Amino acid sequence: MQSNAALEYDYSVAKLFTYATILFGFLAMLIGTLIAAQLAFPELNYLIGEYGTFSRLRPVHTNTAIFGFTVGGVFATFYYVGQRVLKVSMAESKFLMFIGKLHFWIWFFGALFATITLLMGYSQSKEYAQYEWPADVAIVILWVLWGISIFGLIGIRREKVLYISMWYYIATFLGIAMLYIFNNMAVPTYFASGGLGSIMHSVSMYSGANDAMVQWWYGHNAVAFGFTVPIVGMIYYFLPKESGQAIYSYKLSLLSFWGLMFLYLWAGAHHLLYSPVPDWVQTMASVFSIVLILPSWGSAINMLLTMKGEWNQLTENPLIKFMVLASTFYMLSTLEGPIQAIKSVNAIAHFTDWIPGHVHDGVLGWVTFMIMASLFHMAPRMFKREIYSRKLIEVQFWLQTTAVVLYFTSMWIAGITQGMMWRAVDEYGNLMYSFIDTVTVLHPYYAIRTLSGVLYFVGFVIFAYNMIKTMSSSRELTEEPQFKSPMA
Amino acid sequence: MFHWLEKNPFFFAVGVFLVIAFAGIITILPNFAESSRPVVGLKPYTVLELAGKEVYKKDACIACHSQMIRPFKAETDRYGQYSLSGEYAYDRPFLWGSKRTGPDLHRIGNYRTTDWHENHMWEPIDVVPGSIMPAYKHQFTNLADIETAYAEAVTVKNVFATPYGDEFQATKAAWEAHKPKVLADAKAIAADMKNQDVKDAVAAGNIPEVVAIIAYMNRLK
Repeated sequence: MQSNAALEYDYSVAKLFTYATILFGFLAMLIGTLIAAQLAFPELNYLIGEYGTFSRLRPVHTNTAIFGFTVGGVFATFYYVGQRVLKVSMAESKFLMFIGKLHFWIWFFGALFATITLLMGYSQSKEYAQYEWPADVAIVILWVLWGISIFGLIGIRREKVLYISMWYYIATFLGIAMLYIFNNMAVPTYFASGGLGSIMHSVSMYSGANDAMVQWWYGHNAVAFGFTVPIVGMIYYFLPKESGQAIYSYKLSLLSFWGLMFLYLWAGAHHLLYSPVPDWVQTMASVFSIVLILPSWGSAINMLLTMKGEWNQLTENPLIKFMVLASTFYMLSTLEGPIQAIKSVNAIAHFTDWIPGHVHDGVLGWVTFMIMASLFHMAPRMFKREIYSRKLIEVQFWLQTTAVVLYFTSMWIAGITQGMMWRAVDEYGNLMYSFIDTVTVLHPYYAIRTLSGVLYFVGFVIFAYNMIKTMSSSRELTEEPQFKSPMA
Repeated sequence: MFHWLEKNPFFFAVGVFLVIAFAGIITILPNFAESSRPVVGLKPYTVLELAGKEVYKKDACIACHSQMIRPFKAETDRYGQYSLSGEYAYDRPFLWGSKRTGPDLHRIGNYRTTDWHENHMWEPIDVVPGSIMPAYKHQFTNLADIETAYAEAVTVKNVFATPYGDEFQATKAAWEAHKPKVLADAKAIAADMKNQDVKDAVAAGNIPEVVAIIAYMNRLK
């Protein structure tokens, strides 16, 4: 990982993805905060007619966060990290440069198009796979383009050994390709019925319990290969680069990588415990979910030990603070998930707000923290300017950390309260609460979550402002910083 | 071996793919045929019910409602008999959901009626004080897309051998011939409703979304 002064890397594609990632992050978190507020204050459902109800906006929030913000962040970092660890510049190949830009524009307009179709109500109603078939086709095309970029860059590389981050990008590419295609297999009804009805509509190739199996094999592992695998790849590059420390253990990274690859895919059916899918599949998913702690914590511990003897950097460098807290939230999240996958715990937790609580300590505390820290690290190197304000990063850090803690603690209480009330019986064995009792009791927790959303969103706006200022008006740098990102 | 793989990207990628594809094959394939077998007496959805299912998907009711009753006494007391896989044999996609911000709906047809749904979709809080569900008034004016629902029925009949009758054919003429049946179903629902605009629309041959989704809700038993 020594720097190579002779090579001038070309960041034009990485920059495009960076702009769009910030834009989609803004939209996803704005909508997320709005729908959190709608649960506490239902009058907010009527701001934009039928397009503004919680139910219509919730898939818009999740899909913009996944396919806009997170995937955009993964692409942005890939077009930065890929060149550097392979020791090859995008400028060396006109073909790859063209593919990279095409990849960006198809992704950008595809994500916009998909968002609009969801708002209009075109939906397959499968979680995180709501996009109807035309948007699916666009996603397949842009994914293939990304594959050409990855393997094209690898093809002309100078550094023969693939660095750890590249393993994770390759795994992301393969994993999502497999999962997305199989889960979205559908027949467009317009073509199968001789031209009747809407051209947008399709019907799933799988029915009932089979569809459930395929969907959660996808749903859980889209999280794996969208929210975990590439983010781990990012921290393997950015933490050593920002801190100037070598990775603690190569063997641990090897074990964590192959362990994660093998174990993750079994765990999907823990979303289907006590459902009518085969019992042995549920038990297997439960067991593998527990074992999954090993490779997850393996990566996280490898990161924390990389900072061994250098903990003073936590006070000196706010980006290190983001990354260390991100790996800590990753540990929390990958312990919480397996606990929820234990059958007896799941009996209470399933269908409650504890589940969105779990998702969000992962995505807000781990994924978004890592993406923002990575973009901060890339900015001085891409734009050749120092980061605009260290003080703003500190403010952002504490706002958002407070927000994440408020989010998951309020949802823990909400989820367990609701789960216990659903099953509570009186002395005669009759149910104690009608359903609506278990809804109204949650109001304070929904209000706390709204506050958490506002704090996190404000933090993100500060991040966006800091980035825009860094790009446009910060002090120019004469040479590329070696490790710690310079900031005013 | 790992060092060698890290220098040979092609074989590295093949290795990763085999390792990640393994689990899916082992867990999904063995029970595939069995899990799609319908329970005895299960009928495919009518075209109006399918159109209602589309409204359910369009407004993403799944964001807050499940359709899967777990085998616990607390759940069977609240919602009825626990769910069986064969009951979902004609559900494409499955709509089990993952969140109960509102109650489960898998057997709602057993204990809620057309007029209950009409009042509730218009203003939930009037029917269930304290409810945080939004009103879906636009379903009273938007028209259900019954032609697309018919196209879906024909598609699943031809591609997946779902047992629809011989009259379901992939032609415009067959659709025109079937349309009166859909309208008759809609009229039966509208007869139990009180909203005059909805009644007028159905009488004029148009089917508002709310009629379709109520047909679908009544079918869930």
